[in-house]
Amino acid sequence: MEQLIVSVLLAFLAATAVAVIRLHNLFTVVMLFGVYSLLSASVFLIMDAGDVAFTEAAVGAGITTVLMLSTVALTGARVRRRKGRARTLLPLALVSLTGLALVWGTLDLPSYGDPDAPIHHHVAPRYIEQSPVEIGIPNMVASILASYRGFDTLGEVTVVFTAGLGVLLLLGGRRKRGEDDEG
Amino acid sequence: MDWLAHHLGQYNYWVAIFLMMTGFYTVISRGNLVKQIVGLNIFQTSVFILYISLSNVEGGAAPIVREGVKLFSNPLPHVLILTAIVVGVATTALGLALTVRIREAYGSIEEDDIRAKDDAL
Amino acid sequence: MSRDPVLKVTAKFLIPLIMLFALYVQFHGEYSPGGGFQAGVIFASAIILYGLVFGVEQARQVLPLAFMVRQAAAGVLLFGGVGVVSLLRGGEYLNYNLLAADPVAGQHLGIILVELGVGLTVTAVMVIIFFAFAGRGRD
Repeated sequence: MEQLIVSVLLAFLAATAVAVIRLHNLFTVVMLFGVYSLLSASVFLIMDAGDVAFTEAAVGAGITTVLMLSTVALTGARVRRRKGRARTLLPLALVSLTGLALVWGTLDLPSYGDPDAPIHHHVAPRYIEQSPVEIGIPNMVASILASYRGFDTLGEVTVVFTAGLGVLLLLGGRRKRGEDDEG
Repeated sequence: MDWLAHHLGQYNYWVAIFLMMTGFYTVISRGNLVKQIVGLNIFQTSVFILYISLSNVEGGAAPIVREGVKLFSNPLPHVLILTAIVVGVATTALGLALTVRIREAYGSIEEDDIRAKDDAL
Repeated sequence: MSRDPVLKVTAKFLIPLIMLFALYVQFHGEYSPGGGFQAGVIFASAIILYGLVFGVEQARQVLPLAFMVRQAAAGVLLFGGVGVVSLLRGGEYLNYNLLAADPVAGQHLGIILVELGVGLTVTAVMVIIFFAFAGRGRD
């Protein structure tokens, strides 16, 4: 039953993505991206990934949409229509080729939801069994994130900090309307 | 019902690949910089969908320890995707900041205009 | 930036609730989905809502950029510092077992401090990025 819901949501996602390709107003494109992100968060939720759904909804549908809207306000919302069929045929061919290669690769993947898939057999059972004993907090994702894989989280925080510094260096010099004080 | 569930499950992967290719197509065939960044984000999010659908376990529950639950979905891909989402927003923010600066320097965010201006120099 | 009284009153009502929810998600992240990243983004969205309704200039006066940059650095420092404390106590970097007398209590303490550091940095960086974009003039 839940698989049916996921399939419907994925169909909506596909429709939204195709609409993003074809539209010519950036404001609409950014709004559709917000919709895409929220639908993805719903898909994550139905697939039992609560933390991931939470983060995707907050970060994707929240922060990224706000940042893109701020950018569109600064750069203008019109997209130029490009003419010429050569411009679409070559990318379409490339994309189809890559897609077919990937689909051929997925034929070897285990069945969706199979509890005997190799992914569930090496490190994951150790985390699931030992996390209540060694760490004692109910949320296993938090215990893996902060304790078992703490180094990755340290790197992630550093990346976020660096991005903040980068944006500040790029856009931090105040350039107000009518001023032209820096190049 | 089982047969339907099994095949619908495999279609999960294929729709995720279709979404990836949509994002990829947006990046390579459209000239507007902001649209390319939106395409990259669509690509990224569809990769997350593929990953999370690999971690789902039939009959399992969300990976939070509580009374009466024995089978959990695999929490390790959840952690990896959480990190990936946050790193994704960091790179998107930087990309958008660069787009704003390009607009100020070249007067346009269309690739053709930027290339024309560079060639004219 | 809006003169609309409905927006202002609603924002004034909502912003403390959003901040409270962010703190709940931060500290309850061990028992339910949540944690530092989600809480940081939610708290930043409260501040962004304030900036959108009352004006970016006023938001920058409430939370100056210099303070936000220091908060971001403090978050990363807190995270790294927890690891250094483990080093000073004779173990490996980021080994939480050594932070308290009992290993499980040490893990709890380590996770709370580390998630707090993450929350601080993510809040500050999201607010910095929003202020940087919103404060840029259009030519």
